[in-house]
Amino acid sequence: MGHYVARRLLQMIPVFIGSTALVFLMMYALPGDPVRALAGEQYSDPVQIAALKAELGLDQPIWLQYWDYLTGLVQGDFGRQIASGRPVADVIAEAWPVTVQLALFALVFTTVVGISLGVIAGLRPNSLRDRGLLLLTLVLVSVPSFVLGRMAQYFFAFQLDLVEPNVSLDESWTELLLPATVLGALSLAYVARLTRTSVAENLRSDYIRTAIAKGLPRRRVIGVHLLRNSMIPVVTYLGTDLGTLMAGAVVTEGIFNIHGIGNLVFDALGHREGSTVVGVVSLIVVVYLICSLLVDLLYAVLDPRIRYA
Amino acid sequence: MPEKTAVDSQNSKVADTPVPATVEPETGNGTGKARSLWSDAWHDLRRSPLFLASSLLIVMLVTMAVFPSLFADGSPTEADLANNYLKPPNWSHIMQPDWFGYDIQGRSVWTRMVYGARASILVGVLVTLIVTAVGSVLGMLAGYFGGIWDTLLSRLTDIFFGIPFLLGAMVILTTFDKRTVWVVILAISFLGWTTIARVARGAVISVKQADYVVAAKALGASTSRILLRHILPNALAPIIVVATISLGGYIGAEATLSFLGVGLSEPVVSWGVDVSRGFQSIRNAPYVLIMPSVLVSITVLSFLMFGDAVRNALDPKLR
Repeated sequence: MGHYVARRLLQMIPVFIGSTALVFLMMYALPGDPVRALAGEQYSDPVQIAALKAELGLDQPIWLQYWDYLTGLVQGDFGRQIASGRPVADVIAEAWPVTVQLALFALVFTTVVGISLGVIAGLRPNSLRDRGLLLLTLVLVSVPSFVLGRMAQYFFAFQLDLVEPNVSLDESWTELLLPATVLGALSLAYVARLTRTSVAENLRSDYIRTAIAKGLPRRRVIGVHLLRNSMIPVVTYLGTDLGTLMAGAVVTEGIFNIHGIGNLVFDALGHREGSTVVGVVSLIVVVYLICSLLVDLLYAVLDPRIRYA
Repeated sequence: MPEKTAVDSQNSKVADTPVPATVEPETGNGTGKARSLWSDAWHDLRRSPLFLASSLLIVMLVTMAVFPSLFADGSPTEADLANNYLKPPNWSHIMQPDWFGYDIQGRSVWTRMVYGARASILVGVLVTLIVTAVGSVLGMLAGYFGGIWDTLLSRLTDIFFGIPFLLGAMVILTTFDKRTVWVVILAISFLGWTTIARVARGAVISVKQADYVVAAKALGASTSRILLRHILPNALAPIIVVATISLGGYIGAEATLSFLGVGLSEPVVSWGVDVSRGFQSIRNAPYVLIMPSVLVSITVLSFLMFGDAVRNALDPKLR
């Protein structure tokens, strides 16, 4: 077990370096100039621009810039924002908890509602409620999250007056419920479908027949025998989902005006603040990698036949 | 030479004629004739309501994209401030410019919806074609040759999978000042090819040990012949399934990027931009927001339903 975790952690290093390098390259190698963006439309002295570039290290070759960035990142130094001069770590630390909260709400909502719906439908394959769920998930997958967000805002804020259209600066958890539901809607559909397929398939298996035959109460058959075995594909999906939800928050945060990392990246892209963008994406990559490791470890808990040496 | 070909053709004629005679009685009394995966899938598809409904919608949407003037009069960029959004929809004027009212600048909502189909469908279809071509070639080569190429591709796809799609696309697109349809297509394709590559690699690995591949090798077939005539047709089904299912997703991705303001921009008509703009008048004229939203959703829905139907027909595990 310890060896397995160590090996997996080591394997993460090249993926982490590769992903950050790719984003770094996309950010810096493509046209667009952060120093010029700072000056805006106004005329600016080329000498001044060159000096500022030298100070920020932007005149170095790209691989050297990346090396400097990476060595800083490993030591916890995310660099400074060009326009405000604030350390990027502080800026991210401010926005990070908001998005984590939003994504976790969405994840809990997705898990609870998705699995329940999937089990309800999967227990009676091809029944009316099964087809109903199929239709519901198809609609949820088809409606892009920006449409869903705007529609939710229109009905709940403008028609029914239940909530404010924009989330206030306090970002209290009740305000985050609607955005989290919108954010989690797509995953909800996938989780419900995965659970449904898996439950319907396992329902025909020998161990379920045995469990029923030996007279176990229905609750135990479904709650322990069936659910535990049906959870493996769902857990796989949910594990990689936290990273996706945090990245997907850029749309939801934009719609409901939440000051999380999605909004941060969006603003930073507008000002070509490379260090902020690469910093946030690197952190999301880390979340994604750690979650996929946790998922693999969870397999062993769900299915005792899986052993990691 | 001519003599030989004559003999050949005669031989083949002789060889051809008895075949149906020997085969027919076999299939006649059997439970049904053996069909290939493709004809079996086509047989299923023709009877699938999901497939029929989605094909009908897709045909309509594609016609809308190619010949928008058949559906709407006037130009999508023609703005008459006398017609601004204070003039409400006229629900009985089906397919007239004032059917769904006018937006804040006095442009017909319906006309813009019709003209927006082109960009969305162009992006969806072309991204799917590019991604499928690049992904399946790379995946096939890596899966077939294995070794260093396979390791290289696997690590490369790992790296791409780590980057969140939406953020990656935003990073690429914001570096371009002029974002045309082609820029958006290339940006989405650049991030999207890895899914197909993985599927193609897996499919090739699962068939490359098959007896018919070994037999072809033993007969001295060239590598390109083995890949194109033996492996590709047998690895094609999962590739097609993933490609058709992702098409709807790419259309949604384009609309989302345009909504965020990093995708298509004026003067290209895009549903994402229109939904984004529609919010300005949400209190006075919600239809400016709602109508294009509904059309984006219907479009994505029809392509997803189409993908679902194709998967149901092609995936033997679901039978």
